[in-house]
Amino acid sequence: MAEQQQQLTSEDIIQEENLVFDRTQLLTDNVFHYCPGCGHGVAHRLIMEVVEELEVQDKAIGIAPVGCSVLAYNYMDIDMQEAAHGRAPALATGIKRTMPDKYVFTYQGDGDLAAIGTAETIHACNRGENVAIFFINNGIYGMTGGQMAPTTLEKMKSSTTPYGRNIKQMGNPLKITELVAELPGTYYVTRQAVHKPGAVRKAKKAIKKAFEYQKLEKGLSFVEIVINCNSGWKMEPVDANKWMDENFLPYYPLGDIKVPEKK
Amino acid sequence: MGELKLMKGNEAIAEAAIRDGADGYFGYPITPQSEVIEYLAAQQPEERTGMVLLQAESELASINMIYGAAGSGKKVMTSSSSPGVSLKQEGISYIAGAELPCLVLNVVRGGPGLGTIQPSQSDYFQSTKGGGHGDYHLIVLAPASVQEMYDFVELGFDLAFKYRNPAMILSDGAIGQMMEKVEIGEQKPRMTEQQIKEKYPWATTGKTPDRERNIITSLELDSAKMEKFNEKLVEKYRTIKENEVRYEEIQCEDADYLLVAYGTSSRICEKTVEMARQEGIKLGLLRPITLFPFPSQRLAEYAQKVKGIMSVEMSSGQMVEDVKLAVESRVQVEHYGRMGGIVPSAEEVLQALKQKFL
Ligand SMILES: Cc1ncc(C[n+]2csc(CCOP(=O)(O)OP(=O)(O)O)c2C)c(N)n1
Repeated sequence: MAEQQQQLTSEDIIQEENLVFDRTQLLTDNVFHYCPGCGHGVAHRLIMEVVEELEVQDKAIGIAPVGCSVLAYNYMDIDMQEAAHGRAPALATGIKRTMPDKYVFTYQGDGDLAAIGTAETIHACNRGENVAIFFINNGIYGMTGGQMAPTTLEKMKSSTTPYGRNIKQMGNPLKITELVAELPGTYYVTRQAVHKPGAVRKAKKAIKKAFEYQKLEKGLSFVEIVINCNSGWKMEPVDANKWMDENFLPYYPLGDIKVPEKK
Repeated sequence: MGELKLMKGNEAIAEAAIRDGADGYFGYPITPQSEVIEYLAAQQPEERTGMVLLQAESELASINMIYGAAGSGKKVMTSSSSPGVSLKQEGISYIAGAELPCLVLNVVRGGPGLGTIQPSQSDYFQSTKGGGHGDYHLIVLAPASVQEMYDFVELGFDLAFKYRNPAMILSDGAIGQMMEKVEIGEQKPRMTEQQIKEKYPWATTGKTPDRERNIITSLELDSAKMEKFNEKLVEKYRTIKENEVRYEEIQCEDADYLLVAYGTSSRICEKTVEMARQEGIKLGLLRPITLFPFPSQRLAEYAQKVKGIMSVEMSSGQMVEDVKLAVESRVQVEHYGRMGGIVPSAEEVLQALKQKFL
């Protein structure tokens, strides 16, 4: 048995009938600049898979944030705009209002969306802009070297909370996703992750809904995707995923927070 | 001759935006320019032409809505007054960096800080030298009448699209609030998406198989490439300086002395010229219509002919620096200004001229 398996060559394996996964055509050939183990790449891929499956490449306009994913437009093969730090929902509003037939989405980190861009986030949600917001929560400022984010947990260490986040001094970790779910302008609000195969599948479904719902013109879809930041958290990727399960997700539980009412 | 209407400066801007076929206005109220958004709201531009109107949550948001729509090739504008325009500077810098066309109106009030709601010209530096961070310039138009408020919307948009650069109408509380008769133009159609795709191939209208994806960004991490881009901008501003200088000359031909003033100040100075001439003083007025590009060349020519130049501004003396740069010490240059929202009288300008030169 073992001998037989060793005789298989790569030509034997790379066959049409053996294909179980194919990279979407809508990711460019540019090599991701993300750290090995980071979830940004998976989130990028899922969004592009959905755009491909829905066949809306010619109608999709993405907005990159300031943060680790500032260069998202290098990887996503669609028209994209790069926003100032936190302003992506305002750009999305400008684009969608003047071109209502497009599929418009922002892709933003927690610092971008929940600190400097809080006003833009809340008001785009509250106006019920018919766009999707993909909110990538890694609990830290990855790009600038691991400073505290609004979502950093109590006692969690970062370069600006080297002894752990002190709530008295630094305030509480912000559950902005629960907050926007309270607003009448949001249509679909969910929290997902991409650290396990099952989670990836669920996250993709959520992303797909966020695109499809734009056609209904019933408000904003807000998809939080919790990812690890092994560099910022100063952990090996596997440890980071474990830490995420044990510490981060209990505070930011996965699942739908607001779903469209069934008729 | 088109239709004549009695309008406020701020209303003329709004009507001009609709008639010029603008695709959108995004703004936030502030005195003395709230009539722009109020007039638009009353006109229901979405019904008239399909033009989008949105009151944003802040000036930060509104200028970034402009960025998004402009990035998609749309003809969009915003307006504010001084404190609000300060907030817009972040977005304006990004818009200049991404080379997007748009129109920004500043109906200036006195500052610094919350200052006063009365007219002022104290945002000259901010408007003509960049305003936000980085090496860039706006194309700056200075209307001196309600008619020019109307006309400069079309001109501003045309220049903005011609050079893919943000344009600014630098007005003040007096011109924004005053009523004059205005000749209204024909309604221009808004551009279709197909027209935008053909005319602005850089715009994010959705990637089609016939082209590469379009990216609107101001980011460049490679210093050598960033410097190349900076040089490209410098070259653009040089072209603008060569081709787009606009000014008006009033009784300048035989002038011994020259006033330089724009906007509300220039209206006062017109009267001063009249009064001076009655007294036998050969006074002229050069009114810059574009503040960037500045009529430096023309002023340099006058520096050879006149005995003195006085810059008259409702500020502590901002444009006077550009006048001085233009004449390179070949002639005496003075400044006269009032601040805090006070508009100088023609008499006091004449008095100041006499004191400084005669
Ligand atoms: C106006 C402004 N302030 C600060 C910064 C610096 N800065 C860049 S990215 C960033 C935080 C990014 O964190 P987050 O949004 O959580 O994204 P991540 O990098 O973790 O993916 C900061 C503070 C900036 N670029 N612009």
